[in-house]
Amino acid sequence: MIEINGVSHSYGKSKILQNISLSIKESGITALIGPNGAGKSTLLSLMARLQPLQTGSISFDGQSVSQTPTRELAKTLAILRQDNALSSRMSLRDLVGFGRYPHHKGRPTAKDHKAVEEALDYFDLQDMSGRFIDEVSGGQKQRALVAMAFCQETKYLLLDEPLNNLDMYYARSLMKRLREIADTGKRSFVIVLHDINYAGAYANEIIALKDGTLAIHGTPQDVLETNALQTLYSMKITVTQHQDQLIALHHL
Amino acid sequence: MKNIGVAIVALFALSCFSLFVGVKEISISDWWQTPQNIDLFFISRIPRTLAVVLTGASLAVSGAVMQMLARNSFVEPSSVGTAQSAALGILLVTLLYPGSPLIVKMIVASITAMIGMAVFLAMISRLPVTSPLLVPLVGLIFSGIVEALTIFIAFQTEMLQFQGTWMSGEFSGILRGRYELLWLCGVLAILTYVVADQFTIIGMGKDASINLGLNYKQVVIVGLFILALSTSLVVVTIGMIPFVGLVVPNIARKLMGDNLRASLPWVAVLGALLVLVCDLIGRLVHFPYEIPVGTVLGVIGSFVFLYLLYARPAHAR
Ligand SMILES: Nc1ncnc2c1ncn2[C@@H]1O[C@H](COP(=O)(O)OP(=O)(O)OP(=O)(O)O)[C@@H](O)[C@H]1O
Ligand SMILES: [Mg+2]
Repeated sequence: MIEINGVSHSYGKSKILQNISLSIKESGITALIGPNGAGKSTLLSLMARLQPLQTGSISFDGQSVSQTPTRELAKTLAILRQDNALSSRMSLRDLVGFGRYPHHKGRPTAKDHKAVEEALDYFDLQDMSGRFIDEVSGGQKQRALVAMAFCQETKYLLLDEPLNNLDMYYARSLMKRLREIADTGKRSFVIVLHDINYAGAYANEIIALKDGTLAIHGTPQDVLETNALQTLYSMKITVTQHQDQLIALHHL
Repeated sequence: MKNIGVAIVALFALSCFSLFVGVKEISISDWWQTPQNIDLFFISRIPRTLAVVLTGASLAVSGAVMQMLARNSFVEPSSVGTAQSAALGILLVTLLYPGSPLIVKMIVASITAMIGMAVFLAMISRLPVTSPLLVPLVGLIFSGIVEALTIFIAFQTEMLQFQGTWMSGEFSGILRGRYELLWLCGVLAILTYVVADQFTIIGMGKDASINLGLNYKQVVIVGLFILALSTSLVVVTIGMIPFVGLVVPNIARKLMGDNLRASLPWVAVLGALLVLVCDLIGRLVHFPYEIPVGTVLGVIGSFVFLYLLYARPAHAR
């Protein structure tokens, strides 16, 4: 269980997050949505202790992010950042392998190698595993970074716009894969998504931020609804149904 | 190509060759037959060759570590003021406590090197990440200032000539009993290899380090410590040698990327090879006189570096 309590954050004078309190249940996919600049990445980076908390508290299974040693937390939660500017020149296999570092601390075992190979297989990276990260396409790089976060095999995985740069094939296959794993009940995902149809189709619950405040925390049915979308994005979006799946026609 | 055994054999062969280069001619077939020759070997030739190899490896490894800590591939201890700060420390301790033993000089030099590096890192942390070339420029300016200060003090105290020995490195004065501190550099290089993964992760950035559970500050401090120690060890025993720490890690990076676990052995061996070759050139070009290794490296190193800057990135496949 992730508990966020009274978290506010500001850069200088501008308030980015205002008194966010929510709890996220175990095992499942939680989608984090909201307009550009709503504070999604800021919230995720606070959850992943990439910046110190200014006010409030965040904990994963009772482990507070500000008090638990970062080495311990690295086995509980992992994050994929939105801007994955990576200056290191590393082969994809090495990069994915570093996802295992919190477990092996520099001495990889057979289990670690196996996890790396599985991730490379799963994200279709075997063919190019020897290539350097600065010599592959944007989508291939994104897949490698997702694979790296995946390999860390943490109970909680925070993904900031993981579908960036991915084509339709890999976007869907990533979401399906996350759904399968979430269904085993072993791992939970918090995913920032811009495509509300993905959020509607794959998430158990949706958290919507707007202007740094919590706008909606509910089921896909609560969010994929014309009025809710109107208040969130200030635009009129028709919602239809395909079989039992709600579809927002946001592109029309 | 990626067989490090070949490089090690080449290093070994060249080291053996280096043993037989010198003013007094010694032939491979009968060097052990006269006691003078054996003495010459153990007092001068072997220490010199070992010093060259240890120095080269240490300079290259230090360069690789510094490039990870600064997240910039155009820096090395002698181009961003670390070695200059060490030299300043040696000058100060020599002035204030003349006749203090080498180990005291070494410790003071490490402390000033550490301070110099901390100042440099603090300065570059304010630079925009979008302009990577600013980092080495700031380093050059900073090292220029420290060097100017050192020369000024040396000039005022009539220590200029003495100061010159730390400023430009050469191996001609190396004898048994004068180079043994360099073994510590070897130990530090091995220590670096042991924690190589941590430095690699630091090179991926602060967020990546935190995400993988590293104590960012602590690893940076360990890195600074290793760098300060090995830089000042080299400055105290040999003097400053440019370019090795810049050129060698960049070549290794092209071939092997930024994973230090894989590239450090290469960095060490190539660094030793480069300095050995330059030392041999310096000894042979103007035989029987010597050109200091720093001068040879200044020429060769700058060409290689320009080539690396302009060479188009090799595309895999
Ligand atoms: N380092 C920073 N300094 C100052 N302001 C910042 C900084 N980072 C983000 N902001 C501001 O904080 C607000 C929230 O940013 P955040 O990155 O969390 O938005 P987001 O919801 O992830 O948006 P997007 O959908 O575009 O990724 C924005 O208004 C942004 O301009
Ligand atoms: Mg964002």
